[in-house]
Amino acid sequence: MANTYYISAYCSIQSGQIMLNGEEYFSAEGADFADFAKQAYKHGETDYPKFFKMDGLSKLSFLASDLLLKGRQPDGENNTALLFANASSSLDTDVKYNDSISDKENYFPSPAVFVYTLPNICMGEISIKHKLYTENSFFIFEAFNPEFFANYAAILLDTNKAENVLCGWVEFFKNDYKAFMYLVSKEGATEHTTKNIQTLYLS
Amino acid sequence: MSLKNVYITHTNCITPLGFDVAGNVQAVAGGVTGISHQQDSNLLPEAFYASVIDTAALNTAFAKLSQAEHTRLEKMMLLALQPVIAASGVALNNRTVLILSTTKGNITALKSNEPLPDGAYLQGLAKNVANFFGFATEPIVVSNACVSSIMAVSVAKRLVQSGLYDNVFIIGGDEVSEFVVSGFNSFKAMSPVPCKPYSANREGVTLGEAAAAALVTINNQNAKAVIVGDSSINDANHISGPSRTGEGLYRSIGSALQEAGVTASQIDYISAHGTATPFNDEMEAIAFNRHNLENVPVNSFKGYYGHTLGASGLLETVIGLESMAQGKVFASLGYDEPGVSQPINVVSKNKDREINYMLKTASGFGGCNTAVVFQKIK
Repeated sequence: MANTYYISAYCSIQSGQIMLNGEEYFSAEGADFADFAKQAYKHGETDYPKFFKMDGLSKLSFLASDLLLKGRQPDGENNTALLFANASSSLDTDVKYNDSISDKENYFPSPAVFVYTLPNICMGEISIKHKLYTENSFFIFEAFNPEFFANYAAILLDTNKAENVLCGWVEFFKNDYKAFMYLVSKEGATEHTTKNIQTLYLS
Repeated sequence: MSLKNVYITHTNCITPLGFDVAGNVQAVAGGVTGISHQQDSNLLPEAFYASVIDTAALNTAFAKLSQAEHTRLEKMMLLALQPVIAASGVALNNRTVLILSTTKGNITALKSNEPLPDGAYLQGLAKNVANFFGFATEPIVVSNACVSSIMAVSVAKRLVQSGLYDNVFIIGGDEVSEFVVSGFNSFKAMSPVPCKPYSANREGVTLGEAAAAALVTINNQNAKAVIVGDSSINDANHISGPSRTGEGLYRSIGSALQEAGVTASQIDYISAHGTATPFNDEMEAIAFNRHNLENVPVNSFKGYYGHTLGASGLLETVIGLESMAQGKVFASLGYDEPGVSQPINVVSKNKDREINYMLKTASGFGGCNTAVVFQKIK
């Protein structure tokens, strides 16, 4: 790619701990995800009751994105594309939904659960919260794929489909979770390269 | 920077209407639908309509290709993709990649209280398909609700245009399963009769299943069309209901047209989404009107195939490209009387039409939308 871009902010959420730009932002170690997410939401002081209706993948994605998007630019004017991926798609909610229909004596399919059986719903939730009328795409890889993220984010910026790209690896399955998000922009301190992305992911 | 032209060349599809493109187009031109009455308590306690592939015919066709063990969906996908790869002659080297697109993949492999098989993961499914043919690169999976396979066309075009790959094979597929049937039924979104897109009498979705395949490439030999513009912009409105203003679709079309360097007046045909839910069809009519596209012939193929979820965008592109090649637009099956608040030009019977620019659109849960503009090869 001809142009140079930068990672202007990044965060991670795993094992009851939230890191923002390399420093601990919040932790509640030992708590299960539901409890941890509730505490993290309160700590973030974002008033958004819809949060409590979301499934685990959406809660995880919402918490990470809110750290990087809150207060950045006026909502609705912010051309920040969402480029997300994970390994388990929406399987966590898929399994829950499947359990609700597999016993014919106890058959209770719920639209409120079914709607979360798509991985891209978490991007919809973030788009609604931050009024992002922007490019959204959800990919599935076996493991975090920094090269694909780097290439595709650069394409979105090179072709003026976006001014910033929020990249997110958002994995959630059976209480195993990890979010790693970073914002790719035209200015910043860390150069947007596959190597730097991988280093931040592992940090 | 100078961007490369990107072409769509070979295509194929596996549907209830046929196991090749010619058979499908013949059926569509003859007004044949794949939708039929279903009474299968393994799928839903009550009777319903769906467009379903005959499993015995699928197994017979697959047996001629391979004796290997595969799921039903994998058989559909492998049968769709095999002729595309064979006819293209493209080498499966490090300049070639597979994009697999689906909403639910092998969801039927989920069993309560049993460990998940690898194929239940979408990358597991993609590897089963990629390894069958011997792709040298890791497959890319796009799972973005009902825009999945048309978004895959957009992603493929971008990857080729930027020089990352020379050839991208795309496979899109989804099945009619108890999982999706019960889910759409719980939303009260299922039509009690075969779906009637854009009609005043529409009552909801009819589900369907299909696999569609295509090659997107830098090589213009055998090109059916140039992919000249594309965009996938979110509604930022609601996770399960379309925007009342069609905002995301409106912006997606605008971005795709701008990139293509064409105005709305140059679009000759729209292959739209048309699920036949009251809100979706209304939203599309509003978005098309905001772009002054209300006089452009528009159809939905859902009356022939039902809503094939993640497969629908590419399937409808495959049939749409045949419209372009034959200079003919097909009737939007199930349409009888106008049923959206703003005027649109729904194709009521087959007619001749020179198509230089085709717009393909789709929308889905999560507020997602995709628009792609195809230009005919002169």
